[in-house]
Amino acid sequence: MSAATTLPAPVPAPLPARVSAGAGQLTGTGVLLRAALRRNRRRLVTWVLALGGITVYAAVALGAVYPTAADRQARAAVMETPAGILLSGPGFGTDDYTLGAMIANELGLTVLVAVSIMSISLVVRQTRAEEESGNAELLLAAAVGRRAPLASALALMAIADVAVAVVITAGLAGAGLAAVDAAALAVGFALTGAVFGAVAAVTAQLFVQARAASGSALAVLGAAVLVRGVGDVLHHSGSPLSWLSPIAWAQQTRAFVDLRWEPLGLSVALAAVLAALALRLSARRDVGAGLLTPRRGPAAASGWLAGPVALLARLQRGTVAGWTAAMLLLGLTFGSLTDSVTDMIAGNPRLATVFGGEGAGLTDSFTAAAGLYYGLCAAAFTVGSVLRLRGEETAGRLELLLAGGVDRRRVLGAGLAVACAAAVLLLLVAGLGGGLAAAAVSGRAGAVPDQLGTALVQLPAVLLLGALTAVLVAAVPRRSGLAWVAVCWVALLGMFGPLLQLPGWAARLSPFGWLPRVPAVDVDVAPLAVLLLVAAALGAVALLAFRRRDLSG
Amino acid sequence: MSAGPAVEVRGLIKNFGDVRALDGLDLTVDAGSVAGFLGPNGAGKSTTLRILLGLLRADGGTARLLGGDPWADAVALHRRLAYVPGDVALWPTLTGGEVIDLLGRLRGRADARRRDELLERFDLDPTRKTRAYSKGNRQKVALVAALAADVDLLVLDEPTSGLDPLKEEVFTECIGEARAAGRSVLLSSHVLSEVEKLCDTVTIIRNGRTVESGTLTELRHLTRSTVTADVAADPSGLAALPGVHDLSRDGHRVRFQVDNAHLDTVVAALATLGLDSLVCTPPSLEQLFLQHYGDALPVPDAVGAR
Ligand SMILES: Nc1ncnc2c1ncn2[C@@H]1O[C@H](COP(=O)(O)OP(=O)(O)OP(=O)(O)O)[C@@H](O)[C@H]1O
Ligand SMILES: [Mg+2]
Repeated sequence: MSAATTLPAPVPAPLPARVSAGAGQLTGTGVLLRAALRRNRRRLVTWVLALGGITVYAAVALGAVYPTAADRQARAAVMETPAGILLSGPGFGTDDYTLGAMIANELGLTVLVAVSIMSISLVVRQTRAEEESGNAELLLAAAVGRRAPLASALALMAIADVAVAVVITAGLAGAGLAAVDAAALAVGFALTGAVFGAVAAVTAQLFVQARAASGSALAVLGAAVLVRGVGDVLHHSGSPLSWLSPIAWAQQTRAFVDLRWEPLGLSVALAAVLAALALRLSARRDVGAGLLTPRRGPAAASGWLAGPVALLARLQRGTVAGWTAAMLLLGLTFGSLTDSVTDMIAGNPRLATVFGGEGAGLTDSFTAAAGLYYGLCAAAFTVGSVLRLRGEETAGRLELLLAGGVDRRRVLGAGLAVACAAAVLLLLVAGLGGGLAAAAVSGRAGAVPDQLGTALVQLPAVLLLGALTAVLVAAVPRRSGLAWVAVCWVALLGMFGPLLQLPGWAARLSPFGWLPRVPAVDVDVAPLAVLLLVAAALGAVALLAFRRRDLSG
Repeated sequence: MSAGPAVEVRGLIKNFGDVRALDGLDLTVDAGSVAGFLGPNGAGKSTTLRILLGLLRADGGTARLLGGDPWADAVALHRRLAYVPGDVALWPTLTGGEVIDLLGRLRGRADARRRDELLERFDLDPTRKTRAYSKGNRQKVALVAALAADVDLLVLDEPTSGLDPLKEEVFTECIGEARAAGRSVLLSSHVLSEVEKLCDTVTIIRNGRTVESGTLTELRHLTRSTVTADVAADPSGLAALPGVHDLSRDGHRVRFQVDNAHLDTVVAALATLGLDSLVCTPPSLEQLFLQHYGDALPVPDAVGAR
């Protein structure tokens, strides 16, 4: 006993010394990445194959539709119009419009946007969405470093982007195009995706809700698309304004025309800076918290918050405000370009023959094309808005509403009503913005009703997609995400249909294909009425189906 | 109020794919009474309550709620009941006060005085966004919304999960007031002391089937008491009596389990043996439930092993 007292007291095993403040913050990244890959494998494969498939298909189809140099030159003339530039690229190689130049110029923008959306959604899903649902807390309580969730999300995004690049390079090279240029184009796609994924990584640190995180990243993407478009319209092949947009950097490689890799250095640098910033922020903030400290709110609900319509409107007011601003911007952009289209026709008789119309006819078909974009945007909003009902259901909040004495049909009807009312608002704002901008630059007051008309004529097709979404939510809730497939489908048909000169019946596989191209043609009430009837019938089916099923998590 | 029971469920069946969650469940809540609904995890309590709310559709059996059909008459019934779900999910961007008001208005009968009084008693700050609430505070939002409602029936799925002991006390008072006001209450719970304190009747289910129901006294009656006695004569004859189990003796001391239904005959027999002392312990509530929850009957074994 006495001997024991002379022994040194037992020393607990020392904790591993802290090497630096950052040590261990990435622990577990590999495990998280593997889990994320397994969980998202179907999503990844779908994205990669869809993007690769579209690119390769377009390469083959464009080759078939424009077989001769003369055909392609005629096409190039269209692409040099402001509308063409806005919806495609800066127009490299339009003086010798090869198939490669055509793909880079015309397909590039769509794929860039799609890759960016993929990257944004992957990053937000793996970061803020996990935090919002509470899953992240469990993970971080395990031996997982503070930065590991974001690091693994960025790695997942990088893998997806690289896969897209590889598939597109292989596809284009396989279709007989120059491999190095194909690679440059594809790497540009991937790096742009990485840039916007990194933007989402930052917004995911700032906003508490996943919806706000992806929404703001998408808004940055939209702004980049607009800035690039306006910049390129101002000056063929790009003005200094264009270079402010990451979208431009990928297009500025001049793939298939006069290849240069340097612009991609900007993409690498920006993606790296943003990713580093996001990782820093992620290690400094509280789990589950954003940058803004939570504020208090009213102790009692204001009088109008008394039913499902009011509740759903209240829940979506931020989203609707964001979309309204975006649609206004879109309308102003299209509207302000309307005039330069007419100018260009005046100075270029060949263009007029391409369009087979007078200056005014060209302005009208440009306006009609703008209308399609308003419609597609409104449709995307509407689908997302109706799908929120499903979100409320999986979150368990629909249960509170229904147990509170609200009829199921009333809840679904409220969801549809709010979505449709907001869609009308968005179309009105876009049309008004477009009309006022067009009237301001051209001094032609008639531009206002023209733009308003082309915007509002989209409504039946938008409503039909909203009602279709409601049917999915009501009848096959677990598959209701398929509504996005419908949105992609109508967007592809709408944007590529004219490009690929699809036959009329193919265009009519989309509700937008049935719409009269106001103001280029007169309003035809019959197809609008049919679309509205189909929408109403789908709405009725949804109401019936929703009454019959179990609520599910 | 309807004359019959507030809730009457017979032979309820519910399948989720090939999982049979409810397998002929019976449940009755008498009008004006507080009914406890007990069972191990995954027994089917929440499923039953969600069927009673018309959120799920039963695959078989009958369910009547306040005299109506829970699926077909959902909306009309919901105006007469209030519900606290097992997992309370709230709209993160609304404040607690807004959620309470919204739910009250949906039902059509909001009582602002009662709401404020309950906020006070539960010590809940209604100005915080629900995202910023702790788990217990989220639970309180749902509780205040439900208890403030002027309804005939309260359907509560583990209502006190996450509450601190003081708020549990407040909840107990509120249920007492509800009963005094003539409301019926159906309450699922894992807190046995709470059930013992609050409930007039208890239904215990396992694997989607009712294994026991009745008042607590009745349930006690169905189980065994432990008897320890010091007797002068040879007690070995006791083992042959009906209802006696696990008899063990140590000299003059004898120890056994007895079915409560046979208690009187056994005590009479003991008296003839010359009793020196007698201790009869009713089963604790804990034992009572464990006996119904577990596969084995742990009560006799545990005691007999001593
Ligand atoms: N939507 C569903 N889909 C599939 N199975 C389900 C669903 N809801 C419940 N179940 C299953 O039904 C059974 C009963 O679940 P229920 O939630 O009713 O249990 P519970 O008694 O409330 O349990 P706890 O005490 O844990 O709350 C469980 O086996 C559960 O897995
Ligand atoms: Mg439960």
